[in-house]
Amino acid sequence: MRVTLNGEPAEIGDNGTIADLLDSLRIGRERVAVEVNLDIVPKAMYDIHRLSEGDKIEVVHFVGGG
Amino acid sequence: MPLESDKLIIAGREFNSRLMVGTGKYASFQQMAQALEISGAEIITVAVRRVNISDRSKESLLDYIDPKRYTLLPNTAGCYTADDAVRTCRLAREAGLSDFVKLEVLGDEKTLFPDNEELLKAAKILVKEGFTVLPYTSDDVIMCRKLEDIGCAAVMPLGAPIGSGLGIRNPYNIRIILETVKVPVIVDAGVGSASDTAIAMELGCDGVLMNTAIAGAQDPIAMAEAMKLAIIAGRLSYKAGRIPRKLYANASSPIEGLLA
Repeated sequence: MRVTLNGEPAEIGDNGTIADLLDSLRIGRERVAVEVNLDIVPKAMYDIHRLSEGDKIEVVHFVGGG
Repeated sequence: MPLESDKLIIAGREFNSRLMVGTGKYASFQQMAQALEISGAEIITVAVRRVNISDRSKESLLDYIDPKRYTLLPNTAGCYTADDAVRTCRLAREAGLSDFVKLEVLGDEKTLFPDNEELLKAAKILVKEGFTVLPYTSDDVIMCRKLEDIGCAAVMPLGAPIGSGLGIRNPYNIRIILETVKVPVIVDAGVGSASDTAIAMELGCDGVLMNTAIAGAQDPIAMAEAMKLAIIAGRLSYKAGRIPRKLYANASSPIEGLLA
């Protein structure tokens, strides 16, 4: 299904969870935060929260900064 | 007061080091890790950005920073509205599981001066949501008082524009801020050298936060050590109480017993 992932159009598995998405991208869940349609999804929900067609997903982490 | 018992306390948390260091602009993660180590800093700032989805080969900042050893202070760098800053802080809390945030809301790309109106708006929301807010602000006494009044855990006036290395441009304002607020006053941005840092500490500031001064130095590791020592020297000098400035000389050797 089509979603927007970090501002770019992306094709991901139908009705997968956030955990599925992070696994497929080889992103560890401990160090990121995930927002779906502007709502933050708590880490405890990653295995439960199912993504839908057209979702706007943001996956962020810490980088160097002052 | 011995230095060991002279701890920096922010929102009830104690820190031995009064130096806070950023993690941007280093030549490599290895160099950054070395600089952090030698600086003795316990609070280090990080930025919140999108994960690079297309290239997962790059190393991650947190491979080089032990979050158990350092208190991560996520910033809202690059945010120009209260809404964006609040959103970034919420994401930072989820990513780092800490309430500490360095709140900055910028007003202008050229100067990177804070938009104090938006800053205050964002700070109010974040304090209500339980964040420990450390706001980067202009060296404005009234603004600092307002930030304290709404519940910020510290105020962080700039010494000079971010990355400028111009030093403490208005020491008199910093002094009045120190006399006005009770929360820790941390100079954030503008220092370029160890002497700038010592000046901030001699004014009585509770700490100094810097990134470019260290990361941009020709030898960042050496500058990190210089800044650590400057913080200590400046703090001790402040505590010791300097002599008054006088226009004319005052001899250090006795007049009596001079050879005739």
